[in-house]
Amino acid sequence: MVRPRLLLTVLVLLAPCALLTALANGSLALGWDPLGRLLDGSSLQRQVLLQLRLPRALSGFVTGATLAVAGSLMQVLLRNPLADPYILGVSGGAAVATLLGILAGLGGWALSGSAFAGAMLSTLLVFGLARGRGSWTSTRLLLTGVVVAAGWGALITLILALSPQSYLRGMLFWLMGDLTDAYHPGPAAAALAVGLALSMPLARDLNVAARGELEAAALGVDVGRLRRRIYFLASLLTAAAVTLAGNIGFVGLVVPHMVRLLGGTDHRVLLPGAALLGGSLLTLADTLARTVLAPQQLPVGVITALIGVPVFLLLLRSGRT
Amino acid sequence: MSRLPLLRCRRLTVRVGETLVCRELSFEVHPGEVWAILGPSGVGKSTLLHTLAALRPAQAGEVWLEGRPTRSRSRRALARQVGVVMQQYSAPLAGTVMELALTGRHPYLRAWEWESAQDRRRAMAALESLGLGRLAERQVGTLSGGERRRLAVAVVLTQDPPLLLLDEPVNDLDPGHQVALLELLVGRAREQGKGVVLVLHDPVLASRFCDMAMLLFGAGAMLWSETGTALGAASLARLYGRPFAPYSGQQGTVWLPA
Repeated sequence: MVRPRLLLTVLVLLAPCALLTALANGSLALGWDPLGRLLDGSSLQRQVLLQLRLPRALSGFVTGATLAVAGSLMQVLLRNPLADPYILGVSGGAAVATLLGILAGLGGWALSGSAFAGAMLSTLLVFGLARGRGSWTSTRLLLTGVVVAAGWGALITLILALSPQSYLRGMLFWLMGDLTDAYHPGPAAAALAVGLALSMPLARDLNVAARGELEAAALGVDVGRLRRRIYFLASLLTAAAVTLAGNIGFVGLVVPHMVRLLGGTDHRVLLPGAALLGGSLLTLADTLARTVLAPQQLPVGVITALIGVPVFLLLLRSGRT
Repeated sequence: MSRLPLLRCRRLTVRVGETLVCRELSFEVHPGEVWAILGPSGVGKSTLLHTLAALRPAQAGEVWLEGRPTRSRSRRALARQVGVVMQQYSAPLAGTVMELALTGRHPYLRAWEWESAQDRRRAMAALESLGLGRLAERQVGTLSGGERRRLAVAVVLTQDPPLLLLDEPVNDLDPGHQVALLELLVGRAREQGKGVVLVLHDPVLASRFCDMAMLLFGAGAMLWSETGTALGAASLARLYGRPFAPYSGQQGTVWLPA
């Protein structure tokens, strides 16, 4: 158990280390002094650094941070430790829209736009269905979301089954989560900034809400309003991450638990801590995905799962006595 | 009693599903008073308690806290006037005993504000008064049932509102801790002028610690008066469907099921 302030300091220091690692490594070795390369390196080195490595490293960081914050919010919204950003079908909606977009020959911003539209459509659908006649319990929300997600899953399988062979590899990479084409972290970074700025003032409400609905109401939290806000914030963050990098699994589920096990149970520590740790870990995982089997690139979602599972199990064994 | 009542009910009718909990109930809890609510399981004691805390609406009638109607007041304002210990303990995913106790300060802090050193002292004092001081840094998930129950009370003592509503607070506690907890609450009532309302299942504890007793017989039938008057062979037999017999001892007369 680490003191929260120390924990945040360590995580703040970890972030530049992770980014630096991502900049330094790859098929063209750039060394550990990217600023020097920028000033006196060859034009090729400059180009690789500025147009390939940096945007991709930042995309990885933003995606990981966004997913980890979204996961933290979903877990407290549903009061369920197994919740992840995808559990309520946001990513399923994005996936269906993206696969249809790929089939229609969309690319670039049009494809990103359709992914985001699909995610937000699914968000509104689940909200409307779960709301029913007023009562909006976490169980009802969870069941509605899981069922809608299952529906999206069926549609995804259907699209994959009917799609021509030549589209399948791109579709599968998107579904597994992949940063290969993620060179525009700007919109997701904006969503992350908005998400953190709007959720941090609610952090203490979340501490109270984590105890349960009635308990939180008795301590002065307007539970209904808080949950609507958290639902839409988590969905927006998830939509932004999925739009940028597809379905990268595991980060959103496990990083919040890692931060909690390291002592960051207070949401005022957990939310920024999860953003930093999630961002750093995904940046490092993507560096591995680019380099382990180079020139072959692996989907980063595979790496996050392969590394995350044993690390998390280890933390779980040593963390709680 | 010139001071305003901490709690005032006027012609309160509460229904949950098909069950009528109370009909046109009127009563007042004054500073320094300890009330017991007794009744068989399922009669609606918890529902009544939640209604008194304005956590659920009444079908008719009004609840006033310190002379102000609870309707149309914000949850935050209400949380400074009334604290509730729920019958079921529910815990967050993770967190220390101290962090949970500090949630009691939530209604007093602004969105960006952190708990002050004084808030921590209050929380620590509450934990210590319940014998949990040495567990402050423990994870809540590692506590025993009785420790959790006392922690829930510690949260409400950290919250420190004038009116305390506790739903079966002595469940899961051994007899020593039961008496210690009730002595603590009675002490808060006598020394600090708190109003305390307890849902209890034990007429012995009710008669020993409570000034007033409210008996819910079911289907809206009820009575309330001073504990010595309210608890008797006839009323208890009607309440629990069993004959009760008096036993006299050092603590006075208690009623036990025959």
